[in-house]
Amino acid sequence: MVKYLAKRIGHSILTLFIIVTLVFCLLRLMPVEGYFANYEKMTETQIQAGLQSMGLLDPLPVQIFRFWRDAFQGDLGVSHIYRVNVPVVDILADKLPISIQMGVTAMVVSLILGIPLGLVMGRFKHRLPDKIGTAIVILIQAVPAAVYYLYIQMYGTTALNVGLLFNADNLRYWILPVFSMSLGNIAFYAMWLRRYMVDESNKDYVLLARAKGASEDRIALRHIFRNAMVPLVQYIPSAFLNTVVGSIYIESLYSIPGMGGLLVTCVQRHDNTMVQGIVLLYACVGIIGLILGDLLMVLIDPRISLGKKEGGR
Amino acid sequence: MEHTTPILSARNVHICFNLRGRVLHAIRGIDLDIQQGEVLAIVGESGSGKSVFTKSFMGLLDANGAITEGAIDYFGADDGKPIRLSGLKKEKDWLRVRGHEIAMIMQDPMTSLNPLKTIGDQIAEAVQLHQHLKGRAAREKAVEYLRDVGIADPERRFKQYPHEFSGGMRQRVVIAIAVACNPQILICDEPTTALDVTIQAQILELLKDLRVKYNLTVVLITHDLGVVANIADRVAVMYAGDIVEIGTADEIYYDPRHPYTWALLSSMPQMGVKGEDLFNIQGTPPNLFAEIHGDAFAPRNPQALKIDFVKQPPYFEVTPTHKAKTWLLDPRAPKIEPPAVVRRLREEGM
Repeated sequence: MVKYLAKRIGHSILTLFIIVTLVFCLLRLMPVEGYFANYEKMTETQIQAGLQSMGLLDPLPVQIFRFWRDAFQGDLGVSHIYRVNVPVVDILADKLPISIQMGVTAMVVSLILGIPLGLVMGRFKHRLPDKIGTAIVILIQAVPAAVYYLYIQMYGTTALNVGLLFNADNLRYWILPVFSMSLGNIAFYAMWLRRYMVDESNKDYVLLARAKGASEDRIALRHIFRNAMVPLVQYIPSAFLNTVVGSIYIESLYSIPGMGGLLVTCVQRHDNTMVQGIVLLYACVGIIGLILGDLLMVLIDPRISLGKKEGGR
Repeated sequence: MEHTTPILSARNVHICFNLRGRVLHAIRGIDLDIQQGEVLAIVGESGSGKSVFTKSFMGLLDANGAITEGAIDYFGADDGKPIRLSGLKKEKDWLRVRGHEIAMIMQDPMTSLNPLKTIGDQIAEAVQLHQHLKGRAAREKAVEYLRDVGIADPERRFKQYPHEFSGGMRQRVVIAIAVACNPQILICDEPTTALDVTIQAQILELLKDLRVKYNLTVVLITHDLGVVANIADRVAVMYAGDIVEIGTADEIYYDPRHPYTWALLSSMPQMGVKGEDLFNIQGTPPNLFAEIHGDAFAPRNPQALKIDFVKQPPYFEVTPTHKAKTWLLDPRAPKIEPPAVVRRLREEGM
């Protein structure tokens, strides 16, 4: 297990290195206007001098080496357009925490509500709780998120007596955006858990448990539930991953100063150093998410064994 | 007859399934007494209703199926009061029967264990549910059952998962779970069908041993008459949802009376004569969606009598323990000789 992990982390670091270096090389092909806030007013000589001083005229391998050396020291360069001359790390450190906090809270809420909802729906298939649950799930999935986000904001702000603009220091302001963000995932978890539970309930081991004299509640909780969670847990790290990206719509709706849309903005405005920094961040998170996903699977399913070639499926 | 007290009795049991508005008449009026302590084999081809009939003892029919007529009574309860199984509706009532009175072993050991729980937990669960033991005591008891079913190094195996066991070993675990429920009746639904031949014999031996050790009544469902000869006291032959012939194992082997039993015996590969084609029964089993007139086997029986197509035969008693539903046993019936295989068996038996 430890050996596997070490190997896996080694591979991940290599993957990370390749992704980021590739993106770095690609960004060198971008127009150079992204390095100057007032590109239009500059003369050709000024531009060349500027590029020279930033080391952008050096051979590519030299630049790559310099980038990684600086990155290891926590220096990803400065933004040239998004916020002129502010270090990329500072901008990310400014925006990332709020998105992660909000995203993780929303994720926890959706797990806490979605999993039990799915469990109850699966346990009482085709009975009243299932019908009510299905109605809720269909409602959430059929109505476009943008529509119910607006309604939640319109009526929620009045009901909770909070302002339209987000205030991170007041807990009550967290309720609406977190709730809006988690609704979609509640429906997702509930729907899939129900579906997997229904699949599992037709398996032979359920019949054996029933023949053993286990009650339906016991069968659902102790036998079916964990089996039904196996295919579901692999989605959980990727859901966690998405929280780092931030929700463009919700963050703009409540004016939350998070990551939502940051990458898109920076790409559009050719802020190359920012793009570089964000890509590095996303790649790290993505790779960590994948490792976590695999570990979760191992924890829940003994048939999947890490490290041993002969085991597993 | 050494056993005389019935532990379970079925009277005129009919079971129907509702399939998209059409009614499938799976069991058509079975009468059967299962005697305390016996091994009763139920044989018949696929679709004859063997599994459905025994599943109804435990309320394990699919949701669209139900006992529509007749009664199944169970007499083995601790308090001595009979339980009318065919009248149980609530889950709570069934939980008194399932495992506790009647336990079941299914056909495919590869799928009948929960893949995510250690086999120890799965056996201990049965112990907890039925023997009022908890925690460590339940675990110790479970290890004992593992040893009983012939699993070497039970303390270590206890902590392993089903995928770490071979098919035969898993079937032993399934048997351990069933026995750990401490039941009166053990229903074995084709327990050896999914296993290879050498393992089959071991599992049958194990069932024989456990039956003595735990004083079990065993209902063995199979389509393999070879298995039956090895272990059964009595044999019931099922065809199209009814028991067409029932008797002691010797009677069914050496003196079968129903043409379907003849056909079954003739089609055993080990009964074939070298150089000749193996016997097979022509045609297909009847459509159970339609009403069946007369003897259900008549359309596939080349020697069927006219009356076989008109009127269903009642049971004719051959001996007090042996009866068959065929008009051939009526005194007015013409004499029809059984096929060569059966004649040969009969001579062997004498």
